[in-house]
Amino acid sequence: MTDAPPRQPKLVVDGLAKSYGPVVALEPTRLDVQPGEFLTLLGPSGSGKTTLLQLIAGLVEPDAGRILIDGRDETRTPVHRRDIGLVFQHYALFPHLTVSENVGFPLRMRGCRARALAERVEAALAMVRLDHLKERFPRELSGGQQQRVALARCFVYQPSVILMDEPLGALDKKLREHMQIEIKRLHRESAATIVYVTHDQEEALALSDRICLMNHARVEQTGVPQEIYAHPRSAFAADFIGLSNIFRGRVERSAEGRPLLATPAGRFLFDGAAPGAEASLVVRPEHLTLEAEPKNGVAAPALNRVAGEVAELVYAGSETRVLIALPDGAVVTVRLAPDAALPRLGQPVTACWRPEAAVLVP
Amino acid sequence: MSLAATVPAVPARRWRPRFGPLWLAAPGFAFLAVFFLLPVAQLLGLSLEDPQTGALSATAYLRLLHVDVYLRVLGITFRIATLTALASLLLGYPLAYWLAQLPDRRRGRMILLVVVPFWTSYLVKTFAWMIVLGRTGLLNRVSAALGGPELDLLHNEAGVLIGMVHAMLPLAVLTMLPVMTGIDRRLGQAAGTLGAAPARSFWLVWFPLSMPGVAAAGLLTFISSLGFFIVPALLGGRHQTMLAQLVIVQIQEMLNWGFAGALAALLLVTALATCWLYDRVFGLSSLSGEPPRRRGGGRGLLRRLGLGLLGLAATASAALAEAVARIAGPGLRRRLLPGYVVLLLVFLVAPTLVVLPIAFTSSHFLEFPPPGYGTHWFEVYLSSPVWISATLRSFGVAFATALIATVIGGLGALALARARARWRGAVFAFFLAPMIVPRIVIAVGLFYLFAKLGLVATNLGLTIGHTVLALPFAFIAVAAVLKSYDWRLNQAAATLGANGLQALRLVTVPLIKGGVVAAFLFAFITSFDELTVAIFVSGGVTTTLPKQMWDDMILQLNPTLAAVSVVVFVVITAVLLGAERLRRSG
Repeated sequence: MTDAPPRQPKLVVDGLAKSYGPVVALEPTRLDVQPGEFLTLLGPSGSGKTTLLQLIAGLVEPDAGRILIDGRDETRTPVHRRDIGLVFQHYALFPHLTVSENVGFPLRMRGCRARALAERVEAALAMVRLDHLKERFPRELSGGQQQRVALARCFVYQPSVILMDEPLGALDKKLREHMQIEIKRLHRESAATIVYVTHDQEEALALSDRICLMNHARVEQTGVPQEIYAHPRSAFAADFIGLSNIFRGRVERSAEGRPLLATPAGRFLFDGAAPGAEASLVVRPEHLTLEAEPKNGVAAPALNRVAGEVAELVYAGSETRVLIALPDGAVVTVRLAPDAALPRLGQPVTACWRPEAAVLVP
Repeated sequence: MSLAATVPAVPARRWRPRFGPLWLAAPGFAFLAVFFLLPVAQLLGLSLEDPQTGALSATAYLRLLHVDVYLRVLGITFRIATLTALASLLLGYPLAYWLAQLPDRRRGRMILLVVVPFWTSYLVKTFAWMIVLGRTGLLNRVSAALGGPELDLLHNEAGVLIGMVHAMLPLAVLTMLPVMTGIDRRLGQAAGTLGAAPARSFWLVWFPLSMPGVAAAGLLTFISSLGFFIVPALLGGRHQTMLAQLVIVQIQEMLNWGFAGALAALLLVTALATCWLYDRVFGLSSLSGEPPRRRGGGRGLLRRLGLGLLGLAATASAALAEAVARIAGPGLRRRLLPGYVVLLLVFLVAPTLVVLPIAFTSSHFLEFPPPGYGTHWFEVYLSSPVWISATLRSFGVAFATALIATVIGGLGALALARARARWRGAVFAFFLAPMIVPRIVIAVGLFYLFAKLGLVATNLGLTIGHTVLALPFAFIAVAAVLKSYDWRLNQAAATLGANGLQALRLVTVPLIKGGVVAAFLFAFITSFDELTVAIFVSGGVTTTLPKQMWDDMILQLNPTLAAVSVVVFVVITAVLLGAERLRRSG
């Protein structure tokens, strides 16, 4: 995001790979994480993101590749000497220790003196606003509070890299959004380097400096959230992050020699170079508009159009999504502002978009 | 009540008895009240009566205090029970730890190496130790062959402790294991990422979390050892006489009910006091695998002390582990535990197997190795009317016991699962009580009751007595499957139109069938192998297999016993493996 000169990456994953018997859990993978960066590993279950996290943490031994932290090779370092922080999905708080004993645990392991330990525990608990509960046992806390203890236990010893494995997965939606803001604040205040695993694309977009999208045990695309959203490099990326209308077809040329994509839903103009003879055209629902009726022959010829019937109207508060069934059976989603006039169910409509609003992916 | 008073418009309804889930426990409550609570209470009452006048008197207890021998026996009993419990915990902990770390499937198979010795008849195990430890036994043969000294291991404290620990070790392991498998593996990973080396992670996280299991195992092994008499009677000498043996002598030879009652009271009070202490510290509910409730916050002095000691242990063992790894390489630590486990499993399983060749010996003596082989002793067994009638009676009584215990215990377990939370503790405690009260106390109490009812030396009396003892096992087996049973299925069945009974018959029973059959088989084994009640209740001609074995073992060891042992071992192991299979698939 910034133009700062390239620094030494905090964490380098260099060709890490892991298989369990015939099942490939992670293809050889390369990943650089900059100091202070918030990187999210995003992907569906089974995409290899948790395997990658466990490899970085040292809980699983890689078949190949190296892990560098601050330029040092840590591939064979046992977990407890790796100086990594890991926040577990189900918190993994020690049930027989109080909140402050839990948070003090990593300091104790590092031989911290009693006075300094107490001060740092105090500070960490203040940071997550739990200083009033420090004598409680974990089971006496709510889920959100337990997660904050887990965060404090991780931030308290300032590990080189903090890994978070779906830390908000067990919380309900409202609390999850609240904790996202909390984690963002902790990241800003501590300047920690964080690798975060989630399958929730909204969470990834909200939190990350960069997103590393994973699928089928390999990295699909890495980039800042805006870039991944606006310029997905595969149909999977387009489909997984945000809503997309995707048309698959062959690349042809129009009578005027302009490139276009011939799909079962129609022939569409596009901007830029085609990635191959076959391609998919991705159009975000917010880039589509409804044309109630063609304006007496002055319809802009540069627009792509699809015609169909309104199949469903989905009201979502801040917007309404119109699902249009095309003659070939495909469904196109259009996003309308809350004050827009809504079509009726079954009404024939035409949706259109400007060629430059769409992205062509392999 | 007050609600009804404020709403006078509603016509008052006649009170109807409601058949709530608690009623399901009623047969069990009634049965245990008559055949467990009453006889035990009666026995305690006898201890406070003057034998001649029937007036209230403390004579029996005074005698207990004033006669040297009895105090010595008391001391011996405590000493042996304590040593047995401690040794079982210390030896068993690493084995339980090893089992807990195994993947589920593999653990399921390996655990049989503990479960089979657990259910193997005490008589068979003790008989095997007599062959192994004797002056001309297996160990001394090996020692002589290696040019070693003659080992004196029978009829002394060493012999008793070996036999007792061998008998209690499986119980200790099987009690610790559920707590250990319940420890979240991720906690160890978390400790690792937070900077704890494996040795420290064990002492600071794993060990304290396994403590409730250790305490429960200590409780059960101590209480069971207190009332034990088979091992000390057969492997011990005059100086290893334990309390339960004294009770038997008082009844069988002196017919001194008052004094036997006082001894029984002593056993009972000790057992209950141990339970009470346990409950104060850990909470009895942790016996059923529920998380222990803890009183007070995180500031208790005892807790501080414990955590401090663990910290020291952690630091010391981490340093030790590091040193060992540096000197011997990392491989040694990885082989240490499996090596120990193998040795311990050999100790558990091997002695029983010694019986097998003896049963097929051609000799008239218990020589090892046998000079030749043949089936002579099985022929002796099969052609002996005494043995055969004892065998048939054991099968019949065991079958009846299993049937009754499964029905009563199963209904009790149903009550436990469905009753309101505040009743659960009472149901649980009541049905398990026969397991906590030393068997000898129950047996003597029943003997007194049956003598008045004319049930001594009857199959009915035996069946009733065995049912009291088998009830807890049947109850636990059914309660275990019901614990994981999803009662919303019954709600689903109800919304689909089934009434309560139909839902039970068509949904619940098919799903918990495995547990019910397992309950039957466990109750069967309990009865088939039961000796304590049989010693008193089965008289003269109506003897059971264990009673006949006991009589022979006291009078004269002979190879027929080995043949019978093999029969008993095979029957019990077969039934047991069937029960385990069902429990798993159920």
